[in-house]
Amino acid sequence: MSSQKESTARTLTVALLVCLVCSVFVAGAAVALKPTQVDNRLLDKQRSILAIAGLGDPSMSSAQVKDMFKGTISAKLVDLQSGKFSDAKDPVTFDPLKASKDPKLSSVLKGSDDIAGIKRQERFSTVYVVEKEGQVDTLILPVRGYGLWSTLYGFIAVKGDLNTVVGMGFYQHGETPGLGGEVDNPKWKGQWPGKTLFDEDGKLAVEIVKGGIDAQSPKAVHQVDGLAGATLTSKGVDNLLKFWLGQNGFGPFIANLRAGEA
Amino acid sequence: MSQPTIKEVLLNPIFNNNPIGLQILGICSALAVTSNLKTALVMSVALTLVTGFSNLFISMVRSQIPSSIRMIVQMVIIASLVIVVDQVLKAYAFSLSKQLSVFVGLIITNCIVMGRAEAFAMQNPPVLSFFDGIGNGLGYSAMLIVLGIVRELFGAGKLMGYEIIPVINDGGWYQPNGLLLLPPSAFFLIGLFIWALRSWKREQVEKPSFKMAPQVSNKEAY
Repeated sequence: MSSQKESTARTLTVALLVCLVCSVFVAGAAVALKPTQVDNRLLDKQRSILAIAGLGDPSMSSAQVKDMFKGTISAKLVDLQSGKFSDAKDPVTFDPLKASKDPKLSSVLKGSDDIAGIKRQERFSTVYVVEKEGQVDTLILPVRGYGLWSTLYGFIAVKGDLNTVVGMGFYQHGETPGLGGEVDNPKWKGQWPGKTLFDEDGKLAVEIVKGGIDAQSPKAVHQVDGLAGATLTSKGVDNLLKFWLGQNGFGPFIANLRAGEA
Repeated sequence: MSQPTIKEVLLNPIFNNNPIGLQILGICSALAVTSNLKTALVMSVALTLVTGFSNLFISMVRSQIPSSIRMIVQMVIIASLVIVVDQVLKAYAFSLSKQLSVFVGLIITNCIVMGRAEAFAMQNPPVLSFFDGIGNGLGYSAMLIVLGIVRELFGAGKLMGYEIIPVINDGGWYQPNGLLLLPPSAFFLIGLFIWALRSWKREQVEKPSFKMAPQVSNKEAY
């Protein structure tokens, strides 16, 4: 009996059967749950876009989030090189993060340009616009960059003047809970609304500072207090904003949009 | 050895034979997920289910498994269960799975699951094995929940995200202990917990496995 159980043929059969049963089980679960998961991911993104744009409230049900998103926000594709709207891809299905890994749709960033630590940058990106009477009321830009441990993915929303911040926040990151993870703290995020990105000469001036803001200083309107105990995460957020709002990011697009040439 | 009863296998691992406290298994995830209570709870539920069901399935096929590939077979069954748990979390508890996904994947390599499969499920009938898995999961959970409560309460002044002690940053009086939010603090807490457990149940104290030999010379430095 025992010698039969240990035979090579028997061992192979058992191995094969176990693999077969397990793979059917895993594949079945993955396929059955996929629609719910995709839905969740989309919903999560839409919820954070709405929250950052200062629309709705966090207690909204999933159906309300979807309705509101559909009703108020439109996705638009931007060519990052020319800084103009583009219709090369469908903005609803286009995934900038996926594109940033595709050699045809992205390029490698030089070390000195890559202040946000993202290595590859996509050529096209999706921005979200709230329009009122044909005018841009709120513009929501996707941003991402490296903090201490992880890449932070988020959005920054600005008013129709393309300068005043409506909100900023991250929907995915892996920073230390309680320290860098405090980028999710509503109190910290509450500092952002009302800050302005550019100074009077149109230069990018927004920054995160350490050790409190001097309210008397003329720069105070561009400054946000860093996170206590999370210097590198704060620095990361500072860098990623400078990158995405700068010349390699949405800088040209914002300039074009302001001049009415986007 | 007489046949253990369901009650024994279910309750013993909680204090008498705690997988973290006595066997010192599963420390890695206990450090990683206990910085707040919510993730600790989800991880506890996930690990308890995986240990229970992997024990059940492994015990069901135990007499068919050739000994030369038994570890691999156990691993395949455990890994499949973990993937399913991860998928379920992604579908029904998305915001939690965003924080926990990495650690849920690591349940595969959690020594408790493998340890119970090899030490118990390979020799015992399915139902008993299932409860042994659940019991050990509960032992792990008990430790995780205690750690989660201490770390979140004193590290952030909150429990389950609700404010319990008002912290200075939000205008209260409590200066939170930031160290408690970092993984090493769980090491200290587990150490203290084991100390407390072994002071209460003296029979858990291990005999020293190595004793330093006495010094040959009694004269100091010459």
